[in-house]
Amino acid sequence: MSEVKRKKSISRRAFVAAAGGAALASGMAGFPSIVRAQRGPVRVGILHPVTGPLAFSGNQARAGAMMAIETINEIGGIRSMGGAKLEPVLGDAQSKPDVGAAEVERMNEAGVSAIVGPFASGIALATTQAAAKHNIAHIVDVGVVDQVVTRGLANTFRFGPGLSKIVDTAIENLVAINDGAGKPARTVMIVHEESAFGTGMSKVLNEKLPGRGFQIIETISHANPTRDFNNIVLKIRAQRPDIVIPSNYYDEFVLFSRTMAQQKVRPKAIYAILGGAASSQRFVKEFPDAAQYIMDCNHWYDPRNPVAQELRKKVEAKGLYFTYELFLNHECVRLLAEALERAGTGDRAAVIQALASSGFANHFMPYGPTRFVNGQNQGAAPVNTQVQNREIQLIFPKEFASAKPVFPMPAA
Amino acid sequence: MVELQILLPAILNGLTTGAVYALIALGLTLIYGVLHIINFAHGSLLMLAMYAVFFLHAGLGIDPYLALPVVVPGFFALGYLLQRGVIARASHGRDENILLVTLGVSIVIENLARYFWRSDTRTIETPYSFETVDLGVAFIAVPKVVAFAGALLVTLALWWVMSRTDLGRAIRALAKERQGARLVGIDVDHIFAMSFGIGTACVAAAACLLLPSFYVSPGVGHTFVLIAFTVVVLGGMGSFAGALIGGLIIGVTESLCGLYLGESLGQIGIFLIFIAILLFRPTGLLGHRA
Repeated sequence: MSEVKRKKSISRRAFVAAAGGAALASGMAGFPSIVRAQRGPVRVGILHPVTGPLAFSGNQARAGAMMAIETINEIGGIRSMGGAKLEPVLGDAQSKPDVGAAEVERMNEAGVSAIVGPFASGIALATTQAAAKHNIAHIVDVGVVDQVVTRGLANTFRFGPGLSKIVDTAIENLVAINDGAGKPARTVMIVHEESAFGTGMSKVLNEKLPGRGFQIIETISHANPTRDFNNIVLKIRAQRPDIVIPSNYYDEFVLFSRTMAQQKVRPKAIYAILGGAASSQRFVKEFPDAAQYIMDCNHWYDPRNPVAQELRKKVEAKGLYFTYELFLNHECVRLLAEALERAGTGDRAAVIQALASSGFANHFMPYGPTRFVNGQNQGAAPVNTQVQNREIQLIFPKEFASAKPVFPMPAA
Repeated sequence: MVELQILLPAILNGLTTGAVYALIALGLTLIYGVLHIINFAHGSLLMLAMYAVFFLHAGLGIDPYLALPVVVPGFFALGYLLQRGVIARASHGRDENILLVTLGVSIVIENLARYFWRSDTRTIETPYSFETVDLGVAFIAVPKVVAFAGALLVTLALWWVMSRTDLGRAIRALAKERQGARLVGIDVDHIFAMSFGIGTACVAAAACLLLPSFYVSPGVGHTFVLIAFTVVVLGGMGSFAGALIGGLIIGVTESLCGLYLGESLGQIGIFLIFIAILLFRPTGLLGHRA
């Protein structure tokens, strides 16, 4: 009996010693790996929700980032660092903010110099904060809610426009389109998803639309995922608004617009703002009838830019859709590469400094050269698109437009 | 009544959704009634059946409704083998083990689905996905009308099997008195597996009826199975008619609560009913005291 006890106590001590040794070893192993990362390839965290309800967008976003990394590596990597290659460290936020933050911790351990991602606003709030703790530069690809850049995080840089800017532009364009048609529309209903993005959007719209001559009849929120939009569409049919403004992610947008078509509800316009699917080739191809004439104020590339045209061909040759998630991430990685080129090092503080002074002009978004003030790219702006006969046409602003708006929607 | 033009379509929509809930609950209540186990794998099997329908459509161009004669027998066989080969073997005849085994099976199936098919949602497009039936008071989508009719037919067929065939008699005998059934020469293991097979065939039928109007993802089973459990308890554990009525009540409740309380709070009504039933009629609407 006593021998058994003795054995037990020895083994426990041995275990503690072994565990301590292992911890020490792993700690020591971790240190040189960071040093090594600075000499070899530059590690870049590519963090998106590639599983869960946002998986489609997440996978599109990842594909865009990976294609940019591939191209940059092919043409010689980061020249100022002796042709150092970009090495992606892939992360999956599983469509959840807490998982996104945990992935940032893992990327920190892996010694990344910067992070690009994470598509959704709710996740971006968590990941930018987690990255700030380790002083890792975080380029936000989409994540539009204003708070992403208004919390004073010096590591956070948003390439695309923020929500206030998008909504302001959307309202300006809506007023212009309505005025141009002789003001046929007066009443509005808003349908939005209930996370940070949709809720923020509906709040801004409720503040600003009444001042521009529109009456908001009702604002309806829904969960992600929503299985059935019949009730919401019934309410729309009963109240007969002139314009319906949906603001939700891809799957819900598709289901919503299909239900609208199914219930034969045709307002004068379906005017999406960051409509998850309204500017997506996939939606237009899969459901052309439901997509017809839907307008959207969203991220879009400059259709005249040859780099964009070439990328679109390459993307479609791979069997992928050329969506905003994809091209924004592509350009975010190029923005990072340009900053690394000027920094000449993968050192985190230097990367943040290089991004803060960025004047990247060689991208294909209709933004002009980048200029970050408190982390927000000042030139970033959305454009208006409309689905016309199975094509996504750019209808606003006029200098990029490829077609004229069709408004009000013709009766079916 | 201004409200009527919303109210009636909402009720009709609720009924069509409820019929599908009933169909899923039917399989659950059969398996519970005979085997006295809560089948946690029910939702995962539904998901698996939906993927089967999806891939038959995507790969071979088979219409979801025409897939019924393939998917339903296939899943009957799968259920039969699952009970005989895995659940019965691993549980050693103990009810609490069966519970854990079905839970384990569901975790394995779901994660395999995530691994092989990724976790994004997928939909299929059929020529009638957009078609609606004009009932005068409402437009109801054709797939929903078909689902409603299909669910009623399957319930009817199941009722016929249970009341008019030897198999049905054997299943009912087994549900009532296991030892007695064995003594009169019923092959207990076989009938157990048959029950599990029929329960699984029910979700396969539900999958065929659901897919034209719904999406599939590895987590889709959860969406339905929690509600199916509620339906089973509401209707009375082991009661077929109870499952049907329960399903319709839950469907309408969900639809009306969604309309008046908002989409996000829509499910509150379901669980309020659930709690009320447990408080005032613990055996369910048509259940018998054990």
